[in-house]
Amino acid sequence: MTAAASPILSLRDIRKSYGPIQVLHGIDLDVCAGEVVALLGENGAGKSTVSNVISGTVLPSSGTMTWQGQPYAPANPRQAIDAGVGMIHQELLLLPHLSIAENVFVGRYPKKGGRIDRRTMAEEAARGLKRLGLDVSPNRLVQGLSTANQQLIEIAKALTLNAKLLILDEPTAALGGEETQKLFRQIARLRDEGVGIIYISHRLEEIRQISDRIVVMRDGNKVQEFESADIPVRTIVEAMVGRSLDRMFPALPTPSEETVLEIKGLKSGLGHFSDVNFKVRKGEIFGIAGLVGAGRTELVRAIAGADPISGGQVILNGRDITPKSPRDAIRNGIVLVPEDRKQQGLVTQHSIAQNIGYANFSKVARSGFVTNSRINEFANENIRKFGVKGRGRQNASELSGGNQQNVVIAKWLARDPKVVVLDEPTRGIDVGARSSIYEIIVGLAQEGVAVIVVSSDLEEILGVSNRIMVMAAGRQAGILDHSQANDVSVMELATA
Amino acid sequence: MMTSATARNESRFSDLFSMSGATGPLIGLILLCVFLSFATDSFLTTRNLLNVMDQVTVLGIMAVGMTFVILIGGIDLAVGSVLALAMMVMGYLSNVAGYPLELAIVMSLVVAAATGAASGLLITLFNVPAFIATLAMMSIARGLANMITDGQQIVGFPGWFSMLAFIRHGGFLTFTVAAMLVVFAIGWFFLRYTSGGRSLYAIGGNPEVARLAGINVSFMTVGVYVVSGLLAGLGGIVLAMRLDSVQPTAGFTYELDTIAAVVIGGTSLSGGQGGIVGTIIGVLIIGVLRNGLNLLGVSPFTQAVVIGVVIALAVAAEAFKKR
Repeated sequence: MTAAASPILSLRDIRKSYGPIQVLHGIDLDVCAGEVVALLGENGAGKSTVSNVISGTVLPSSGTMTWQGQPYAPANPRQAIDAGVGMIHQELLLLPHLSIAENVFVGRYPKKGGRIDRRTMAEEAARGLKRLGLDVSPNRLVQGLSTANQQLIEIAKALTLNAKLLILDEPTAALGGEETQKLFRQIARLRDEGVGIIYISHRLEEIRQISDRIVVMRDGNKVQEFESADIPVRTIVEAMVGRSLDRMFPALPTPSEETVLEIKGLKSGLGHFSDVNFKVRKGEIFGIAGLVGAGRTELVRAIAGADPISGGQVILNGRDITPKSPRDAIRNGIVLVPEDRKQQGLVTQHSIAQNIGYANFSKVARSGFVTNSRINEFANENIRKFGVKGRGRQNASELSGGNQQNVVIAKWLARDPKVVVLDEPTRGIDVGARSSIYEIIVGLAQEGVAVIVVSSDLEEILGVSNRIMVMAAGRQAGILDHSQANDVSVMELATA
Repeated sequence: MMTSATARNESRFSDLFSMSGATGPLIGLILLCVFLSFATDSFLTTRNLLNVMDQVTVLGIMAVGMTFVILIGGIDLAVGSVLALAMMVMGYLSNVAGYPLELAIVMSLVVAAATGAASGLLITLFNVPAFIATLAMMSIARGLANMITDGQQIVGFPGWFSMLAFIRHGGFLTFTVAAMLVVFAIGWFFLRYTSGGRSLYAIGGNPEVARLAGINVSFMTVGVYVVSGLLAGLGGIVLAMRLDSVQPTAGFTYELDTIAAVVIGGTSLSGGQGGIVGTIIGVLIIGVLRNGLNLLGVSPFTQAVVIGVVIALAVAAEAFKKR
């Protein structure tokens, strides 16, 4: 980016209200050709509204936009795309059973004599893929491609539309470290070719790595703009949450000597891991770190009975309880807060109360009989305990990510579990809401629960764990004490 | 505490009137009845309304099982054929093999439940899609029903048997209608007030969430198909009472009527939403519509068109409301 470059896109005093509720309070934003601007903020800060205004999905209530020197007011996404603004949504919108080329051109197939011109389609798609350094045939089906490659195909789609500005909404949410780096290389390449990029993410480390400028939003306002990405994470977080953070993580509890859970020679029935051995004490927070694909999720799912076990034992309070089903594990007091909240943790279209009820029929139902009011009462009691903002009758889909996660945790805690396993407990949850989840985790340990936390966020796992087990390629690479663990020692083991 | 007390009252109040999304169908049913009351002389007579009840018994009984199946996100295409199979097993055992009719009835219900168990196990153990598993069972059961008598019907049951469908106790309630009402009541109670019933909603909402919440999804799934088979069998017995004969072609395309009733009643085909109250309304809409069209002298061919249009409108209205 050169200092003299004039912006290709400018937003001036963009406001948006839904009825009496104002969600954007006069946003000014400039994006130049060939720069990556990171848009940061908690959920509800207005990032998505801003990107939706730019991509024509949402009409602003007032304010002006300029695109390449011309007034710009897209009335629908089509106009924005035609102008050269490409938006890559968080949820990929590819059709798995069609080829890459067909996906790139879906809805605007090149035609020759009334028929689809497959050759032109394949050639142009191949050009787009090549530009992104993606070495796959355009005639391949999308099905079976890695998430990162699918992400790149979405970008290729935007590029064949001649996009001069790309908006990427949480593109790395589903990517591992290696894949993220691959995506970043391509983003950097596009930037060097002069494409302007707006990058939305929760992952601060990534943002520092990829972006040229950082714009922080809070409650519909632009609160701060950093001219360089070389800013301490803490400074950025403080701008996001609007208060200084003395300590992101609560003080760790002291575990007792008593072993609650012992894992002996555990082997995955699906071949994801083998020979895992560790003990978790009463009141201990046991972290599991490692790269994506190291077998962490699979390990904790097996411990919680969700995946099959082909060898070894799960011993709880000295008794072999190796679970055969989630039901089995739950009965013995091992509960799982799964990685994917929306697919595994909650029936999102049902109410909070129903969701809490599903896990607690043995408590709510008197000899198999339940009433709605009993379920609601039970749920309200429990969500109040955990500070979930919402009421039992509300649909789970109406809650923010952090509150949804609180519901998933709350539904288990009513059962007084002995072991709570949390898989990526803060994924997709804004920074401000994370600390409340850390507090719940530490609170559980203080009450004498053995807690297992799996996380890809190194800072998080270092911050909340008494001990950390590092996994690499389905093996247990080592166990570090809180005092010895730091990002270097963990990464050394993870890549060993 | 004042606030929680009002909150509780409020929730009880809305619970009572919660129709699980069936308010639209209910309004439709009422409008239909009002229209027919004015359009015909005979619709709003006790005798005719009792007739409607008699005519929907088989459909009503089967629709309860289908509601469970559709609630967990499944489908049961076999119910029409299983109805025929149960009829033929009963007829064969009592009239050809010479067993007492009571025993024949019990055996036919066992066979009907077994077909459901077979579908359920195919679905849970072998991951066969419900549509295919029950499509196979639809063909198998129909074939078996035909094999029993080589396609012939069986007639002539003891007098008490068909009287169960005709004698109106207390002037209005036949045994068969009473059986339907009992099935409605049990189904309603089960879905609303038992943990088993509530788990069906969880399974339909998201089976993986349900499994991870400790619900025995496979067991419940098989159970639901067993109940659907069993109720199809009961539907067969009731039909045999009404016809005083059994034939292997009985219940042809009943699965479609049953699915239609459930869907008109607001139960979502994708699972997790709906209930028995809606299904009862759906059954009544189909019953009243058929009855009304007959009273108006509409030909059976036109009736089929009208019923098709009603199904399409009912589901489109629900989908529109959700948007």
